[in-house]
Amino acid sequence: MLSIKNLNVMVENKLILKDFNLSVAAGEVHAIMGPNGSGKSTLAHVLAGKEGYEVISGEINYCGENLLALSTEQRAQKGVFLAMQYPVELPGVNNMMFIRESLNAISRARGEEEYDAVRFMKLIREKAAAVELDNKLLKRNVNSGFSGGEKKRNEILQMAILQPQLCILDETDSGLDIDALRVVAKGVNDLRNKDRAMIVVTHYQRLLNYIEPDYVHVMIDGRIAASGDKNLALELEEKGYNWLIEETAA
Amino acid sequence: MGSKHQSVETLIKSDYKYGFVTDIDSDTLPPGLSESIIQQISAKKNEPAWMLEWRLKAYQRWLSMEDPEWAHIQHPEIDFQAISYYSAPRQKSATAKSLDEIDPELLATYTKLGIPLEEQMVLAGVAVDAVFDSVSVATTFRKELAAAGVIFCSISDAIQDYPELIQKYLGSVVPYSDNFFACLNAAVFTDGTFVYIPKGVRCPMELSTYFRINEANTGQFERTLIVADEGSYVSYLEGCTAPMRDENQLHAAVVELVALKDARIKYSTIQNWYPGNEEGKGGIYNFVTKRGACRGDRSHISWTQVETGSAITWKYPSCILHGDDSVGEFYSVAVTRGKQQADTGTKMLHLGRNTKSTIVSKGISAGHGQNTYRGLVRMAQRAENARNHSQCDSLLIGDQCGAHTFPYIEVRNPTARVEHEATTSKISEDQLFYCKQRGISEEDAVSMIVNGFCKEVFKELPMEFAVEAQKLLGVTLEGAVG
Repeated sequence: MLSIKNLNVMVENKLILKDFNLSVAAGEVHAIMGPNGSGKSTLAHVLAGKEGYEVISGEINYCGENLLALSTEQRAQKGVFLAMQYPVELPGVNNMMFIRESLNAISRARGEEEYDAVRFMKLIREKAAAVELDNKLLKRNVNSGFSGGEKKRNEILQMAILQPQLCILDETDSGLDIDALRVVAKGVNDLRNKDRAMIVVTHYQRLLNYIEPDYVHVMIDGRIAASGDKNLALELEEKGYNWLIEETAA
Repeated sequence: MGSKHQSVETLIKSDYKYGFVTDIDSDTLPPGLSESIIQQISAKKNEPAWMLEWRLKAYQRWLSMEDPEWAHIQHPEIDFQAISYYSAPRQKSATAKSLDEIDPELLATYTKLGIPLEEQMVLAGVAVDAVFDSVSVATTFRKELAAAGVIFCSISDAIQDYPELIQKYLGSVVPYSDNFFACLNAAVFTDGTFVYIPKGVRCPMELSTYFRINEANTGQFERTLIVADEGSYVSYLEGCTAPMRDENQLHAAVVELVALKDARIKYSTIQNWYPGNEEGKGGIYNFVTKRGACRGDRSHISWTQVETGSAITWKYPSCILHGDDSVGEFYSVAVTRGKQQADTGTKMLHLGRNTKSTIVSKGISAGHGQNTYRGLVRMAQRAENARNHSQCDSLLIGDQCGAHTFPYIEVRNPTARVEHEATTSKISEDQLFYCKQRGISEEDAVSMIVNGFCKEVFKELPMEFAVEAQKLLGVTLEGAVG
């Protein structure tokens, strides 16, 4: 589904991703771990098409298409979803209206029927219950005055409604207490199926107790320094990142 | 990062849809202002002597006044001798009263503007007075309104047909000597709308006036007077557009509202005069005096304005709350982009007891736009238990624009209460990214955020126009995003 080859990305004249390679097939869950500043969030942002990241060389193929040639909204319409590390507030924009706008923009782009109010209400109530998001938060403005946990649950709610092909979770676990973590993980696990791929960016092994990955990659200084299965995450938990950093430097 | 700024910048450029010129034979006075010009205007309109006297008195006073400089706006000095003060499309007959007698070119112009004058085509339940340059060319539904006792006609007709009402109320809220532009208007006003709602009548339909400037080098000086007698209700809306021209054109209007005991007037404006091009060339100078007097107890005046056009907007729709328990409201959305400048706000003068006022001002600045809120809330000595709440919010799009807030508060009664809140926010790249990541285009994202910001004001507009206003704001702020 996704194939990244020799990707080099600069941010503010500094090379962040260096000859980065990754292949993700449908049905797989990949965890990306690594210390701060190793390029994990940059990777997530480049995949989603955020501005301010300069791709120097390399390619990204997504479902047979050149992902880098697509605009941010086209990527979203074709099924790329990024659950943000810091979801922004949209003052004055009603959460429910926003999610419906998003769903319908994607439906329109795919030539599918738009959701009318009744059909949409049914859908959002069902999905909100699944992520234990209070209905009153649906009536508020997008993320306005939401707690950290509520913002993350709102991200998972949108993911559940939009049913993307490729889900990227950028440190969705950061700042969550154990209950919120459980709810978020459940939301993610409910979405796992053979047609959908997931990239879970995380700093801690903790999340992986709830979302069991097929592969674990460790990013050090802009490239993958080690790959393995979930046991690699456990090893990291025990030994920290330093042994890998030393190995990479050597 | 240069590319970032461009993406926001392209959003705020868009074409002005109403910039066409109607090719029509017109009767235009030569440029310049003098007693003789004023006499000619008055003669063309076949006015009674008292009207001409009032004009000349205003003119004499105006000569002694100075162009005000206190507003937060900049423009080259206006040459008042270079403007033509009267221009009227030539009608087949001087007294065209039925639509059949109106030049088809004119009817076509209004249809093109989305304001068809043929009664079977107009928005259901909205009567229109169409003012083209200096004269009113058509007023719809007059007969139906007359059946309810409502007078809705051009002010020129009213001067002929209802002189007692005009003499009683004209200049009673905005005296001819009020300020530089109001004084100029009193001297040279050419047309406008007159509305009178009799005692206890709820006006059966929305009334509206559509102002169109067409001729080059002319100014438009219209005067609107609305009188709501005891216990009556009226909702009135005005809209305005003008062709795209490189020269600046002056629009100096006066609007007076009078609400007697228990009467209510709801006055809405959607102002979309030509704003000039991106470099600030051309556009309308919109210097307008609007004021309402809540004369009777429990009277209620509410101003709602959506200001998207004009190179310069200078207007402060105000309420004088004489009557006890009277209510004044001001809801405003002002958008400036390109090189537009707006200095707008309101005055709430609380004279009566238990008077209440609400101010909600939403300023949106994009491009190099400068947006100023200027407001005065005055609680007079007699204004026991008077209340005011003001909310002034500014939204910035891009980093080349500016927002300014000048609230003036004067309280002379210790039981009066005044509250003022203000915020400034910015549409950030992160907000746009968030929306785009959810499949929403940048244009739709900006329009969604801006409409959310203006929601409180839009809900005050009559329903048909709230939809129009949202669309207009969309057109104003969206552009050719590639």
